Amino acid sequence: MAELSEQFEEALLALDRLKARQMVEEAATRLTALELVELMVVPALTRIGIRWEAGETDLSQVYMSGRICEELVDRLLPPGDPQRTDQPPMAIASLDDYHLLGKRIVYAMLRAAGFDLRDYGRVTAEEVIAKVKADRIKVLLLSTLMLNSALHVAGVVDGLKASGLDVKVVVGGAPFNFDDQLWREVKADATAVSAAEAVNLVRSIMEELS
Amino acid sequence: MNSETMTSMQRVLAALSHKEADRVPYFLLVTMHGARELGLSIEEYFSRAEYVAEGQLRMRARYGHDCLYGFLYAPVEIEAWGGEVIYTPDGPPNSGRPFIRDAGMINHLKPPRVDKTPCLGKVLKAITLMKERVGDECPIIGVVMSPFSVPVMQMGFGPYLELMLEQPELFHKLMAVNEAFCVAWANAQLAAGATAICYFDPVSSPTIVSRETYLRTGFSVAKRVLARIKGPPATHLASGRVLPVIDDIIQTGAAAVGVSCLEDLAQIKAACRGKITVIGNLNGIEMRRWSIQDTEMKVRQAIAQAGQGGGFILSDNHGEIPWQVPEDVLLAIGESVRRWGRYPLDMSI
Repeated sequence: MAELSEQFEEALLALDRLKARQMVEEAATRLTALELVELMVVPALTRIGIRWEAGETDLSQVYMSGRICEELVDRLLPPGDPQRTDQPPMAIASLDDYHLLGKRIVYAMLRAAGFDLRDYGRVTAEEVIAKVKADRIKVLLLSTLMLNSALHVAGVVDGLKASGLDVKVVVGGAPFNFDDQLWREVKADATAVSAAEAVNLVRSIMEELS
Repeated sequence: MNSETMTSMQRVLAALSHKEADRVPYFLLVTMHGARELGLSIEEYFSRAEYVAEGQLRMRARYGHDCLYGFLYAPVEIEAWGGEVIYTPDGPPNSGRPFIRDAGMINHLKPPRVDKTPCLGKVLKAITLMKERVGDECPIIGVVMSPFSVPVMQMGFGPYLELMLEQPELFHKLMAVNEAFCVAWANAQLAAGATAICYFDPVSSPTIVSRETYLRTGFSVAKRVLARIKGPPATHLASGRVLPVIDDIIQTGAAAVGVSCLEDLAQIKAACRGKITVIGNLNGIEMRRWSIQDTEMKVRQAIAQAGQGGGFILSDNHGEIPWQVPEDVLLAIGESVRRWGRYPLDMSI
């Protein structure tokens, strides 16, 4: 199975959609959807993420791999499928910014890993607080590109608390990668430097809250 | 005693010639701080060329750095294409929703005319006003977004990566249109009085695309564009890593390269020595909370790693110092350069 996952990883890095699809279809004759995700897709995406952190892959490969896997896993586990992990409710958003790549990568990776989550797109602090309240979100992932947007996370955390909402806030994006103390300063619960790390982090938070 | 014997222009030209000047030159690439100098909001400040020119001159008088910066805000080019610019009170203006919403639109895209676009005219006027005041005493840095990187704002990062990797024909069409604009825009700034052009090209960083992809995309674009810019170009990867492609960037014709704090400055300098001037690499994000002592230590460290032999301009690693960086830190950078950056450097420190 490890070998299969490694071959799948190579197909993803080569952006070979056809081969990746054939491998998933073939594996699906022997494995359940969840087994396929856990044994083949997640390990491949995790290794690609780790290789990106080590400078061995690039962001375009991480992004495209996530998108390809998201599409493939969507066929096996369509949105709303009871086998997907959708509890406790989770959402992702880009704060104040239209440059949504980081958020898009993490969203794709989480969906490819079998999670269901809401995508709020680009939001202001006020908008995200209102949405979290309305949807009873328990885990909120916030992506930022600019330093001032990253600093606005503190306002979101304060706003959530002032509304009596108990939400785990996980932050990511360039400002947090360039200043490893920033996530604590803005009162987030955690940060992740890569999408692969974000998936592992979310997995442990979801288990802790379940 | 004032040990400075050169003008900023002479000092920077020495660095670009890989010679030691009287001291290490430093660029404080401050943009928004000019609004604070003039008591204006960031949006008001960027609304008039006169404000920007005055802000740049006052900031140089206060902080003593070796350039004026003709860069207003990154999405000024997007504004020129008809896109949206969003202002915030505490950060740089940002580009709004991408204006290329369907890749098919690329077939009909026409570059804006530099001489007929008010927001570009504002930048040119600011450069001209600065030039009138400083003449040849201080370099003025003009700025363009590379044709290869500006599509992140034109169409969004994800859709652009998909275009680049899966729709080569449309990708090349977009590059052709963007290249025509970029060359015209760079040369207009030089004609207005800019001394050199900073070619911002973060997508070419190995952080974003592999070297293999870069060689068949951003590298070829840069080679074509830089050859047609009628002044010295400095390529800046805006915090992105550079080492795996440094020899390729040298081949594009860049005279200088802006480097990241994510890489070892001594290693970068070793790879660049005598070939391309290094600009960097103070961490602009962390800078916000540096103490005066931190600042002095970081400046000393950078100078010790890259200063010897010239070919080095101390700067931040992104090409724009955040609004939140306090004045004390900016002043301390200058004081530290004057203290520790005098040539010949004392390498015993």
